[in-house]
Amino acid sequence: MTRRSSARRQLTGLAFISPWLIGLGGLVLYPIALSLYYSFCEYSVLQPAQWIGPGNYADLFTDELFWKALSNTLRFALWSLPLGVVLSFALAVLLNTGVRGMAVWRTFFFLPALVPLVALAVLWLWIFNGEYGILNQALAQVDRGLGALVGATHPLFRGPGWLSDPTYALSALVIMSLWGVGNAMVIYLAALQEVPEHLYEAAELDGAGWLQKVRYVAIPSVSPVILFNLIMGIIGTLQVFAVPYVISPEGSPARSIYFLTMYLYDNAFTYLRMGYACAMAWILFLLILVLTYVALRVSRRFVYYGGE
Amino acid sequence: MQASTWRARLPIYIVLTAGSLLFLFPLLWMVSTSLKPIQETMVIPPRWLPSEWQWENYGKALTYGGEKPPTKEEKEKARAEGRQPPPRPPLLDQVPFLRYALNTLYLALLGVAGTVLANAVVAYGFARVHWRGRDALFAVTLATMMVPFPVTMVAVFTLFRHLGWIGTFRPLWVPAWLGSAFNIFLLRQFFMTIPRELSDAARIDGCNELRILWNVVLPLAKPALAVVALFHFMYVWNDFLGPLIYLTDQKMFTLALGLQFFQSRHGGSDWNTLMAASTMVVLPVILLFFFTQRTFIQGLQLTGLKG
Repeated sequence: MTRRSSARRQLTGLAFISPWLIGLGGLVLYPIALSLYYSFCEYSVLQPAQWIGPGNYADLFTDELFWKALSNTLRFALWSLPLGVVLSFALAVLLNTGVRGMAVWRTFFFLPALVPLVALAVLWLWIFNGEYGILNQALAQVDRGLGALVGATHPLFRGPGWLSDPTYALSALVIMSLWGVGNAMVIYLAALQEVPEHLYEAAELDGAGWLQKVRYVAIPSVSPVILFNLIMGIIGTLQVFAVPYVISPEGSPARSIYFLTMYLYDNAFTYLRMGYACAMAWILFLLILVLTYVALRVSRRFVYYGGE
Repeated sequence: MQASTWRARLPIYIVLTAGSLLFLFPLLWMVSTSLKPIQETMVIPPRWLPSEWQWENYGKALTYGGEKPPTKEEKEKARAEGRQPPPRPPLLDQVPFLRYALNTLYLALLGVAGTVLANAVVAYGFARVHWRGRDALFAVTLATMMVPFPVTMVAVFTLFRHLGWIGTFRPLWVPAWLGSAFNIFLLRQFFMTIPRELSDAARIDGCNELRILWNVVLPLAKPALAVVALFHFMYVWNDFLGPLIYLTDQKMFTLALGLQFFQSRHGGSDWNTLMAASTMVVLPVILLFFFTQRTFIQGLQLTGLKG
């Protein structure tokens, strides 16, 4: 009887997860294997895939556009990730000081994070517009004010063309990404609210000031959450696609905002070099793994897990 | 952590006020621009508010790229020449934006229904039924969360191509009915917290597992299900790469794709109409947020605190 009931349980269990068996097999595991195979093939979709060995990977090494896209992607991540963590954490700390109407402030800072990416790109194209964009107009206003006040202007306030200037386009994208830090802020705020008050009191007794309480109590207490969000951030940022694509599918000007996923997309669906695109995807995956590993390694010295 | 005195808090309020103005300004500017006549978008110094609210911009955005109904002159001319006057094109052909919205809504609703149902059933199988190989399969499921989308993108595309699904809505909603690793994980963790005694009692009363899921577990898991549903809705509303890859017919475009299409044709000139279109894409999401704020914030905490 037990054997029958255990066979029944086996069947019940499999029945329950059957949608996922199809999903996991058909849309995850099989495509992963297929993608790995394609990455060693020449494959244009129109003709069957042809095995060419590691040729795609070798080509990537000498493909200048690939290196350009890779360096753009890394530079974008290198700026937007740390700045994003600092800004979202700082906002969370401010909101956690017992200010009145905390939920309202939180909503103010969170709203931009809700804006769909395509709309976000369109909106900031307008704000960053070199001629009539509000940002450059505001800068010009400051410039005029300074001129009237001290009789001197500063080139800093003569705004660049931002998204149409290869030197500034990437910085403009970083600024846009910072506008959406609300997600992370909400998460940090929730984590900060769970830090027991007595820890702060103890620090205060030891003579800690406001900054020291942040440095020695708040940051260590929520460091696992920061790490988790940083890793999620790495995975997401290296795949940035929609915003730069809407701004310019070619990553113009001068490919300055052409990222890995854009080149990958172009290879797959514009040039129909599917094998090459798969090889790029695997390099991207490898990059994510390496950076995640580095983050985990480095974090060992900084992250404090309460239980240990 | 409390800043003790009111005086100590004053600078905090100042920073918060300045910061929220900075964060909210782009949204306000979007709405303001969307109501301006075109010449007022291109003046130096800028006008903060339109001199008159030009609601036609929204009309223009809604009908951008659509077929025009026959004008009065065209009709009269046709009648004078003894021809049938040209027919009025169907509403959706006149108002493509509405069509994009309906397409998006269709995909979102189908996707949300599938996401909730499939992930709940699968998560139950992982959380409450004991079967051989369960924990190993769960580990595999978790591991696949690390794999970025581009790795499977091409292979999944070729798969759907073999099925003849390119240019249909199917690649954009069918996968939701098969579950996703992250949602399975989220719901499984939630189901584990529901006391086992409850389902045992139901089992003694003669309920089978499906009934236990439906009558006992799901009602208790409503907050988690709401989070999964809400986030999937947001995902579909936001998704750009999926529709870009799979949709070929402009009549099937989603809002994200339609807005990008509009921008690629008219970027750099019709800023007022573009901002009107963007406002109409953003507004539903913000309204949704205000109605579901608690679920939203809880959801972010649920998904972001797994340190």
